[in-house]
Amino acid sequence: MTPLQLTEVPKVLAYALDGTVQAGFPSPAEDIAAKRIDVFERLVQHPEATYQMRVRGHSMRGEGIFDGDILLIDRAITPRSGHIVVAVVDNEFLVKKLVVSASGQIKLQAGNADFPDVIPREGQTIEIWGVVLTAFKQFQV
Amino acid sequence: MPTFALVDGNNFYVSCERVFQPHLNGRAVVVLSNNDGCVIARSNEAKALGIKMGHPWFQIREFETNKKLVARSANFALYGDLSDRMTSVIARCGFRYEAYSIDESFVDLSGLNDLTGCGMELRERILRSVGIPCCVGIGSTKTLAKLANHVAKTAERKPGIYSSKFARICNLTELDSPALKHVLMQTPVSEVWGIGARLSAQLESAGINNAAELSQVNPAIARNKWSVTVERTIRELGGTSCIELQDAPTQKQQISTTRTFGAPVSDLNGLIEAITAFASRACEKLRKQASTCSQVNVFVRTSPFRQSAQYAQAITMKLSAPSSDTLCLVQAALAGLRTIYRPGYEYAKAGIHLLDLQSESMGQTQFDFEALKSARSDPGLQDRRKQLMKTMDSINSRFGRGALVVGSVGVNTDGAWHMKQTRLSPNYTTNWQDMPVARA
Repeated sequence: MTPLQLTEVPKVLAYALDGTVQAGFPSPAEDIAAKRIDVFERLVQHPEATYQMRVRGHSMRGEGIFDGDILLIDRAITPRSGHIVVAVVDNEFLVKKLVVSASGQIKLQAGNADFPDVIPREGQTIEIWGVVLTAFKQFQV
Repeated sequence: MPTFALVDGNNFYVSCERVFQPHLNGRAVVVLSNNDGCVIARSNEAKALGIKMGHPWFQIREFETNKKLVARSANFALYGDLSDRMTSVIARCGFRYEAYSIDESFVDLSGLNDLTGCGMELRERILRSVGIPCCVGIGSTKTLAKLANHVAKTAERKPGIYSSKFARICNLTELDSPALKHVLMQTPVSEVWGIGARLSAQLESAGINNAAELSQVNPAIARNKWSVTVERTIRELGGTSCIELQDAPTQKQQISTTRTFGAPVSDLNGLIEAITAFASRACEKLRKQASTCSQVNVFVRTSPFRQSAQYAQAITMKLSAPSSDTLCLVQAALAGLRTIYRPGYEYAKAGIHLLDLQSESMGQTQFDFEALKSARSDPGLQDRRKQLMKTMDSINSRFGRGALVVGSVGVNTDGAWHMKQTRLSPNYTTNWQDMPVARA
């Protein structure tokens, strides 16, 4: 076999690179590089850091989180004010909105006027366990 | 110059339990072996109570009431998943690594500048993403990295032996030689990687008590007097890297066989072949050290370095009884593989971990209905299977690995015999029904 010189591109290959090989009908989608929507990619950004929890309770309805929903919690995301988070309060997992005031005061805000916000008492530490990236529900089929 | 880090989850099984049970933080916690027999992991608080590894549960049971001790049955499904997440974090950082055991990974840091900073970053990311606190040891050889990890753990838990600046992250490569020598002197020879209990007794009777003394022994003499393994250990302590990433050492509590494929594999049959080979290899190792295992963790994953669709999954399969039988373990591993396999992905890596290892002679006497049933229908079966494994090993050692392999790979769905695990935590991350609850 004779080695191919890199400079001399064979005819067939040259056509292929042009994308104009006439074989059957040309595909009208040829030049539109589109990838099918990947739902998983959108719901889970860091698979190794994403955990699931089931919601129990009604205090987050205003945020669109309902009893029985499933939360996808991404621990790789740094929590910021305004994020929906899972926090550990008195050894229990709570889902609330994290609100940090200008003075640095932390509050876990309920998404339902019937429920109180959680404000840490003097000396009480609140651990932000992870940031809720996604909540979903599935219907009976 | 090669540089290695050993990243090791602190009290790993206990830390896994704590991720989903915050009330266990700050309390004495132990994890119990198969059938809730003895202690296989301890929190620092449990260590402070004087509880030892291997401590029989019935001897410390009273601590439950008078010391608020919490005991959990080993939940290898949970530990396997969190272990996989730890290595995934390391992979996402772009490092070459070797999952050495369920809670330890060697990481290749060669050519990096800020090694200590790198170790801190790895620790921080694993803690944040997975929830597991780690210690990181850094050295110019794997033996030194492992030793550095011991220093990092000890400095965090028991102040006084090593300088407190080594707590959590210990980078031996930044020490000058007197400082390094001091660390080696403080380290008993029994803590050196690859030096087991018997060997360390021999070394101590020869007047070699710590790692510094061992590192001074002439390697050639050590080879004659002990073994090539000891020679290699001495060279590694001296800073000459002899053990590469993935090179399997001796004496293990977990046996793992994992490989990155030469080319991506997408079809199930290809993975079946790979997993069969890995399970067979791991079983060989298992029999070589005269152990049995009770659980098999199987994982597959795509390459994080490719642009293609990503998928990674792991599963832990329980055996009906502790075994070192290749046929039995391959069956379990393949059943696991079929459960986690998804078509349409380019798999780049797969492997298995054999978990819950026990010494063959130490097997807990358990009234085994399955064995009794099969013994009734075929009295000599157990012995014949043992003989078959012996024959298989001797053929393979004579004609090369893979001379005699498992061909049929049927799955045994019978024999659903359950272990006694009265203190088992839920399978938070591997079972939809066991998902933790967040109160709203």
